[in-house]
Amino acid sequence: MIDLAWLVVAIPLASSALLLLLGRRSDAWGHLLATLAAVASFVVGLLVVLEVLGQSPEERINDVHLFSWIPAGELSIDAGLRVDPLSLTFVMLITFVGSLIHVYSIGYMTHDPARRRFFAYLNLFVAAMLVLVLADSYALLFVGWEGVGLASYLLIGFWNHNTDYAVAAKKAFVMNRVGDMGLIVAMGLMFASLGTVSFSGVDAAASGLSTPMATAIGLLLLLGACGKSAQFPLQAWLGDAMAGPTPVSALIHAATMVTAGVYLIVRADSIFSAAPTAQLVTACVGAFTLLLGAAIACGKDDIKKSLAGSTMSQIGYMVLAAGLGPIGYAYAIFHLVTHGFFKAGLFLGAGSVMHANGDSTDMRTYGGLRKVMLVTWATFAVCWLAIIGVPPFAGFYSKDKIIETAFVGEGWQPWVFGGAALVGAAVTAFYMSRMFFMTFHGKARWVDEASKLGADDPRPRRHPHESPLVMTLPVVVLAIGAVSLGFLLSLGDGITGWLEPVTGHVDHPEPVLPVPVILTATLVLVAAGVALAWRQYGMNTVPLTAPAGSPLTRAARRDFFADDVNEALAMRPGQHLTRTLVYADTAVVDGAVTGAAAGTVASGRVLRKLQNGYVRSYAAMILAGVVIAGAVLHLVRL
Amino acid sequence: MSLMHYLVLSGILFTIGAVTVLVRRNAILAFMGVELMLNSCNLALVAFSRVHGTLTGQVMAFYVMVVAAAEVVVGLAIIVSIYRARRTVSVDEPSLLRN
Amino acid sequence: MTESAVGSGGELVLFCIIGPLMVVAALALLFARKPVHAAVGLIFVMIGMAFLYTALEAPFLGVAQVVVYTGAIMILFVFVLMLVGVDAADSVAETIRGQRWIAVALGAGLVAVLAGVVLTANLPPAVGLEEANAMTNPVGVAYEIFGSTVFALELVGVLLITAALGAITLTHKERLSAIRDQRATVRLRQRAYARGEGSQVLTPAPAPGVYALHNAADVPALDPEGNPIDISVPRVLRIRGQELAPADVDGHVASIASGTFVQPVASPPAPSPDTSDPAAGRTDEEGGER
Repeated sequence: MIDLAWLVVAIPLASSALLLLLGRRSDAWGHLLATLAAVASFVVGLLVVLEVLGQSPEERINDVHLFSWIPAGELSIDAGLRVDPLSLTFVMLITFVGSLIHVYSIGYMTHDPARRRFFAYLNLFVAAMLVLVLADSYALLFVGWEGVGLASYLLIGFWNHNTDYAVAAKKAFVMNRVGDMGLIVAMGLMFASLGTVSFSGVDAAASGLSTPMATAIGLLLLLGACGKSAQFPLQAWLGDAMAGPTPVSALIHAATMVTAGVYLIVRADSIFSAAPTAQLVTACVGAFTLLLGAAIACGKDDIKKSLAGSTMSQIGYMVLAAGLGPIGYAYAIFHLVTHGFFKAGLFLGAGSVMHANGDSTDMRTYGGLRKVMLVTWATFAVCWLAIIGVPPFAGFYSKDKIIETAFVGEGWQPWVFGGAALVGAAVTAFYMSRMFFMTFHGKARWVDEASKLGADDPRPRRHPHESPLVMTLPVVVLAIGAVSLGFLLSLGDGITGWLEPVTGHVDHPEPVLPVPVILTATLVLVAAGVALAWRQYGMNTVPLTAPAGSPLTRAARRDFFADDVNEALAMRPGQHLTRTLVYADTAVVDGAVTGAAAGTVASGRVLRKLQNGYVRSYAAMILAGVVIAGAVLHLVRL
Repeated sequence: MSLMHYLVLSGILFTIGAVTVLVRRNAILAFMGVELMLNSCNLALVAFSRVHGTLTGQVMAFYVMVVAAAEVVVGLAIIVSIYRARRTVSVDEPSLLRN
Repeated sequence: MTESAVGSGGELVLFCIIGPLMVVAALALLFARKPVHAAVGLIFVMIGMAFLYTALEAPFLGVAQVVVYTGAIMILFVFVLMLVGVDAADSVAETIRGQRWIAVALGAGLVAVLAGVVLTANLPPAVGLEEANAMTNPVGVAYEIFGSTVFALELVGVLLITAALGAITLTHKERLSAIRDQRATVRLRQRAYARGEGSQVLTPAPAPGVYALHNAADVPALDPEGNPIDISVPRVLRIRGQELAPADVDGHVASIASGTFVQPVASPPAPSPDTSDPAAGRTDEEGGER
């Protein structure tokens, strides 16, 4: 079955190609085929997992050679699949959550005329992500990496008749290119210094790398990871990526795309182990982004953008864990999996809420929705409790482990990282509770369409309703995962033991603070965050228009001026550079070309006078030639 | 004694012939200039034949004469046919290539 | 031929006389207004050249020069000149701007180069052709031509034949219409008469006046009333303006023409005014073309 692992990728890819090639003819059944392909991919993945589970832990790293891909002299790259616990964890997450999102999309996109195309892109997205995680070399990983970028571009800009959405898609694409550049250069350095870009080859030879080279490769890989995972400083695209349909947001945030960066860092363990500086930078980036994302999430009134900030923050946790080295890898992946479930649940729940509220995303126009959307409320509540880390929900197990691990180490680092993780947990509790209370509790800040209220009422008229079964069912499944997954995966040595063949065995060292202290502090802070949010948004009336707020709030609403910084640092100099180059092109390059042409024409115009058609003129020229030749011969012989 | 004076005469005649070709517009006259140039060359050849004491120069002059005869026949035929077609023997008239 | 013949005094004298004359004659090419004059000048140069050949111990070439150039080529030139119009004087105005000055400059340049070459050349004293001409010059040349250069001779033969063929082809003119014989001419004239065109004369044209004191084609004949008949004078003379009036001939004819004729006393019998004198008649064709 392991040899058939390529089917995991091939099925959604073929389905996507089929749907795109058949065009409108497959409109009627395209969404069903796509969903079926995602489910089939999951089934094949599950069979592979079961087979790998049957192997002894040491044998669980399987390389499946597919074909010789780039045989170019010294550079010889084979296309192959790396089937090991790490990649299979991702396969399970991607295909399972992906399948649920497919099912959800059937309901969500019912009324969209381009639903078939949407599903083709979804399949492409899943296939690209699977290539990314199953690749056995950085080169093939890069193929999936680019495929994910392409699919995200297509999906974020799916409603590209709206200029803002198209711009958002382009922004995501361009910022991802910056990260991709890092990955490409990193691959080039690997080939230059190690002569190979396959995982096995790099892992075997990485210990021989000089520290500066390892640090350079590590930092470049981190740059790539930052681009894909929306980590500082390449985080600005994530908020705008909300332009896509909500299932896309769920797919990007939970199962695909943003997890790629974490995967890359964990996969490049050998490089980062040889470069402590790069590791430290990774941890710093993670810690900073988790606070940044949390702050942004607090400032947003748009439910999807708030969730986007939350994703940024949660990925920050994972990157922080991955930056801590082998002790954190397993927890990074653990949190990634649980996060995949509850964040998908939150997004799909948010999608349902939007669906019910006429596609409005402004939380200030929600309120009191619990009564009309009971299932959504229940699932959202479960996922909320999961993400803020309330025991025994999934987030508690994974996030608490990361916080504990962040406190491990010597010197200033455990205090800084641990402190950031703790504060992040508190802020997470605040903004998630804020979102939950603003949406489902308090007084309704909307009016039922059927009510007889006057037209001067500022509240929007809505007709909220529960979503159909095809949309609630996936959310329920995800909520079940959000409840149970943490406990299930930490049973025994659970996911840590499962990932051990890849991440390596580490004895868990003691944190600088006793574990019960950390645990208590976390829970107290979470409770404080929830309480604060309840006081602010649950008990009090939420104003329909946002108050001016403190400078910090205003900055958070503007993504901490990320766009302004990008424009000032990259866009404007780029525009000036382009203009200069265009000018140089027209003046110098074109000038040389047209100048040469004009010179030729002008000289031709002058020389044309010689061709006057008079025989005697030609005879004169002949005689002149004779005279000159004779004179030259004569003078030379003298 | 050298035979330089023959060469000088030959050069003068050659130059007159060449200038004739350039200056005269009557095709027949220009043609006569060409004949004069050929004759001046013949003179030089015969003079050199005497300088070197061999007959090769004379034989060369003989062949020049024969070829000149052939050339005159064809050239005059062309002039006649041009005259028939255009009623002129001016070398400037058939400058159709100019435009 | 003796050793002293190489550059002997007599030869130098000959050269000193003929050479300048040849140059002067050659300048006729440049300056003569009428092409015939230029052709005569060139003929003089050719003949002078023949003299020089003979002086240069090349009697065969001297003879050939006279026969080929003067006798054949130049006659051909003059023939063509006659064909295309003897009096087609070359216009003095130069059509190409600066061509004359360019020609002068190039001529000067050519003279300078040739003078430089000739004057700096280290010309040895002439060997003379006494040895080569031992079997007489034509025989020596013949040995050379039919010996070492016989292949070139064959080629030149081919060239001559080709040139002759080429000349025939170039000057050949296809007949585009039937030959206009006498019968056709008469028919054409009658048709023209019927349409009221042409000279409106069906009979042969009258012959010009032939008089005792002035028997010429340029005087018109007189009709029975004594009026001059214009069409009796050939067209060419009329166009040239060489036609004479009866008054130009003598008073007698003039008096006949003016109708004041008085029979002179004791004078020889008056010439017959009969204009249809067959002795002075011309062909029908000429008359028809008036």
